[in-house]
Amino acid sequence: MKRLSSVILAIMGLFLVSCGGSPSKGAIAGAGATFPLPYYNLVFKAYQDTTDILVTYGGVGSGGGIRSLKDKIVDFAGTDAFLSDKELQNMPSEVIHIPTCMGAVVLAYNLPSVKNLNLSGEIIAEIFLGNITMWNDAKIAGLNEGVQLPEMKISPVYRSDGSGTTFVFSDYMSKVSPVWADQIGTAKALKWPVGIASKGNPGVAGTIKQTQGALGYIGSEYGFSLKIPMASLMNSSGNIVSPTTESISAAASSDLPKDTRTMITNSSAADAYPISCFTWLLIYKDQSYNDRTIEQARLTVDLLKWMLSQDAQKMTTMVHYSPLPTQAINNSLEALKGVTHNGVKL
Amino acid sequence: MRDRIFKTLLLLSALTIVLICGGMFYFLVIGSTDALGHFGFFNFIASPEWDPNPDNEQYGALSFIVGTLATSFLALLFCIPFSLPVALFNGEYFKDKKIAVFMSTVINLLAGIPSVIYGLWGFYTLRPIIATLGLSEQGFGILTASIVLAIMIIPYAASLSAEFISMVQKDLKEAAYSLGATRYEVVKCVVFSSSFSGIFASYVLALGRALGETMAVTMLIGNTNNLPTSISSTGNTMASVIANQFGEASDLRLSSLIAIGLLLFLITGVINFTGKMIVKRFN
Repeated sequence: MKRLSSVILAIMGLFLVSCGGSPSKGAIAGAGATFPLPYYNLVFKAYQDTTDILVTYGGVGSGGGIRSLKDKIVDFAGTDAFLSDKELQNMPSEVIHIPTCMGAVVLAYNLPSVKNLNLSGEIIAEIFLGNITMWNDAKIAGLNEGVQLPEMKISPVYRSDGSGTTFVFSDYMSKVSPVWADQIGTAKALKWPVGIASKGNPGVAGTIKQTQGALGYIGSEYGFSLKIPMASLMNSSGNIVSPTTESISAAASSDLPKDTRTMITNSSAADAYPISCFTWLLIYKDQSYNDRTIEQARLTVDLLKWMLSQDAQKMTTMVHYSPLPTQAINNSLEALKGVTHNGVKL
Repeated sequence: MRDRIFKTLLLLSALTIVLICGGMFYFLVIGSTDALGHFGFFNFIASPEWDPNPDNEQYGALSFIVGTLATSFLALLFCIPFSLPVALFNGEYFKDKKIAVFMSTVINLLAGIPSVIYGLWGFYTLRPIIATLGLSEQGFGILTASIVLAIMIIPYAASLSAEFISMVQKDLKEAAYSLGATRYEVVKCVVFSSSFSGIFASYVLALGRALGETMAVTMLIGNTNNLPTSISSTGNTMASVIANQFGEASDLRLSSLIAIGLLLFLITGVINFTGKMIVKRFN
């Protein structure tokens, strides 16, 4: 009996040591979207290295992050789809959106003989609606002169879990295809007429990589890091554009609303990649919920300010995201000024 | 004194399990009232519609119930021709021999492999084979999931059946031999008939395991929320739809997923109960 209890004590001691092991001046916790996770992993680590403040971020999906913020168990939530007016009203108190970087949803494909593939929004919609089923369809061939398209069935791949990536993709589809807008719509999870589904960005990427003839949408970083071929898309100006830091940034060149709650898909800019998007962090405007200390509130706001700084923004391109446009940064810094703790400005 | 403490401890831990089980059931019922109240219990079971778009939310569990039952029973069917011979091999023909010990170690090893490994094996090895054979287009679907499930449940069916087969009384068998029965006849008439209820019970256990398997199935079934029309078509099971969609779900969809959890709980319960009744009748 004595021996057993000493073993238990030893184990508990180990836990205590491992918990208290990292010397830090504070800790901030967040949860949410997996789309920007590669960037957040990089940037939060850098923040910890310079300030000694531990930032943990759980990639549980946009919905899970918002639920955690609603339950007030995290300091901030990450999401790829901004909260609608109705969702904002459902939150316990006022929430502000702070964009952190820009990204793109890319169309990855698996065609052994094809190096460069051009697609347009209309064609993608027809494929995912089940109207275009073969790779050598005349419509696809029309955009790819000189490319030998195989006589192979197209296997559309989509997300089986609810996802901000799906939201961004379907938002673009709804803008370019009236049939899509009418039959399928824009949401984080949809009813798909054709195709197969996999869980998460890595799951979809893996399925595409392993399935000849597959076509699916994934967050750009997952395409780049797994080296899957990605299609260039025809944008609303009729230019064929591949997803790059510059073409993603170009999508946000038009005027932004004050709270940055906007979708920038199908941008009218001439060089814009058409499925570009913002990704946001959400915090409560009044930080005094759940007996939070003013120090904790300050930590949270300081982190967000730093995310908008040049130090953080220049890290975006290291993982194939794009820096925010100046207007988005200025709007967000302005919004952060309004954050309070029991009426005290931070 | 010690005796009494021991007894109370036993009672407490036994009660805790019952309480946890009851608590789960309570949570499932409470969580699913929204969905079941909104769609009606029978509509929810009978509708194959699953449309998560907030503008037109429509949830029904039929596709997933069919997917779960189809994969599980197919897996059971596929596993019998492998697990029964193994059970006979270990429990009767080579009972207590070194080779039987080796075999049962290997079989039990199968039970220890995490299901994600089975999923990966199915994804990278089995799926291309199925696709090349032309059994399904991309190799995803009910069939692929069932084959992997069958391999996963073999250890449960085989080791327990072997146990029951080896427990058949020696004098019964010897009596049969003395009457001139061949080994085949002894196995057929004596061994099988006297261990039938045990073998049956082990297959019910294996089926229960197949019903709830999530990870490997999710990786192979295709995850499409439609009613499967053949064994080569893609689909989704109750466990895998929950695993796929729980993270992002809220409100009515969350409640519908919990309702599917409740149905899975009930189906597993009913199958185990029927299994037990059948075992009782044959005893």
